[in-house]
Amino acid sequence: MDFTLPKEIEFLKENVRKFVKEVVDPVAMEIEENDQIPEHIIEKSKEMGLFGLSIPEEYGGLGLSMVGKCAIYEELGKTHNGYTTLIGAHTGIGTVGIVELGTEEQKRRYLPKMATGEWIGAFALTEPGAGSNAAALKTTAVRKGDRYIINGSKHYITNAVEAHVFTVMAVTDPSKGAKGITSFIVEKDFPGFILGKVERKMGLRGSHSAEIFFDNLEVPVENVLGKEGEGYVNALKILANGRAGLAARNLGSCIRLLEYCMEYAQQREQFGKPIFEQQAIQHMLAEMSMLIEVLRSITYRVAWMTDQKMRVVKEAAIAKLFGSEVYNKIADLAVQIHGGLGYMKDYPIERFYRDARITKIYEGTSEIQRNIIANELRKEYSKVRV
Amino acid sequence: MNIFVLMKRTFDTEEKITIVDGKVSEEGAEFIINPYDEYAIEEAIQVRDKHGGEVTVVTVGNEDAEKELRTALAMGCDKAVLINIEDDVEEQDQYTTAKVLAEYLKDKNPDLILAGNVAIDGGSGQVGPRVAELLGIPYVTTITKLDIDGNKVTVIRDVEGDEEIIETSLPLLVTAQQGLNEPRYPSLPGIMKAKKKPLEELELDDLDLEEEDVEAKTKTIEVFLPPKREAGKILEGEIADQVKELVRLLRSEAKVV
Repeated sequence: MDFTLPKEIEFLKENVRKFVKEVVDPVAMEIEENDQIPEHIIEKSKEMGLFGLSIPEEYGGLGLSMVGKCAIYEELGKTHNGYTTLIGAHTGIGTVGIVELGTEEQKRRYLPKMATGEWIGAFALTEPGAGSNAAALKTTAVRKGDRYIINGSKHYITNAVEAHVFTVMAVTDPSKGAKGITSFIVEKDFPGFILGKVERKMGLRGSHSAEIFFDNLEVPVENVLGKEGEGYVNALKILANGRAGLAARNLGSCIRLLEYCMEYAQQREQFGKPIFEQQAIQHMLAEMSMLIEVLRSITYRVAWMTDQKMRVVKEAAIAKLFGSEVYNKIADLAVQIHGGLGYMKDYPIERFYRDARITKIYEGTSEIQRNIIANELRKEYSKVRV
Repeated sequence: MNIFVLMKRTFDTEEKITIVDGKVSEEGAEFIINPYDEYAIEEAIQVRDKHGGEVTVVTVGNEDAEKELRTALAMGCDKAVLINIEDDVEEQDQYTTAKVLAEYLKDKNPDLILAGNVAIDGGSGQVGPRVAELLGIPYVTTITKLDIDGNKVTVIRDVEGDEEIIETSLPLLVTAQQGLNEPRYPSLPGIMKAKKKPLEELELDDLDLEEEDVEAKTKTIEVFLPPKREAGKILEGEIADQVKELVRLLRSEAKVV
């Protein structure tokens, strides 16, 4: 058993840490204020190669293992979560479908430009009437010669504003329910693609989610991703693949919050001594540290299991669920330790507190994760007589 | 163009530094490429990209410096050389480093050698000029701009806040001052590629040197941290009294008037 990161991954991680600290952190307030990541920061991130995290080397990406990806996500999680989400959604659900399910031609057409960040990726599953119940999609795709004609709408689509390439789920055979859904690669230039209004969110400023409409959107047949009728399974696969990465991002945010808290608690004085000397504060910090270590363990274990090609359905759901719950708990404690300052917009703590909340909802709510875990338990124990 | 960069691994002076047994403690210290050497690396890469050729980054140190060499390779240098004299030479100083580097460089036909203006640890600024002297080539220190046209080189150097323009020729050694450029971050693809770039390790034997050829010429008597800064004094009371008090303090305490 070896719990150390490979030297080479540690080296990548250190360099991302330096980049995030010196380049992204200084503009975090600006991102929050303007709801926009400055263009030069995105350019520098492209030069850094961050958009190619999840893409194999032969298509211009880094070809990292899941452990390697998680190590980098952990560092990205330490800075403004809107920035983390732009890259996280692109390198996660935005590209993974093409990487895992794409044909050689699709990969060659899309991945090199996505690896450099020239084309940003997004994942379009959620609809006004279909969230956790992904099988209830209303968007339809009808074959017409060498094209499919897609009609319908999606909402809350992360990166929709910036993205060029969308992995879209649509119903090709309404009579078959979940088995009548197909995945498509859609470019925003395809005729019939309409970007709707940008949603106003509680947090994750700088990352933009929007509605999209398909008005007789024409998609060439060669842009079907995976097999017809397997869209639902594809969507679940793509989401499952991202869970360890989400846990790693949350881990990074938690570590950053503990850093802020340790610094503040040792320097802020009340009753004639640093508040760190108060046992109540010490216990909060100990709780944070404990949760972080447990989250670190489960995150990298799931990542390692993924790299060993082991089945991680239950473990990945646990990591996603635990990571988001821990992040919320730690963000709450961080506000408490910082007191009034933790509630102020001039300081980053309240931003993490708001940004934490979505992690219990997006890419599978906490309830859906619990369903997945229970489902796996049923399978595991069905053969066991008690 | 045959370009060499002289690089040093130093502790990060922005992190907490402690002294144990007359030496800066490595425990808990963060190590980095000397920031002035980062300018040198960046400039070397830019010169190569413009004029062609190859950049070799060289350091004198121990095996820990491999990481900083890899970082330089990830930034874009082509080759790295680690001259490890840790086991061979007990007492080292700037003379040692310069002598070893010059010995390594003498048959390499360098066109351009870049180094940092000073290292942020020792801060002597000696190694670059010493290497140039030993190789018998011209050198310009604290440069903020470098233009190469054929064999002709135009350099702007920082002279304590003013600028001096110097024309010289290759082969040449320059030392980099802040403002020369903005060093790039090693990109992640760059880091992956750096794994496959050559990193050669040499020892004193490989340079046909003996310990006595390179032994330190200086002795360190004592190493200590600067005294802790005391809190400033704020004078109070009537302005006229404050002025009197200030003058008295400047005479008796600060002893500057």
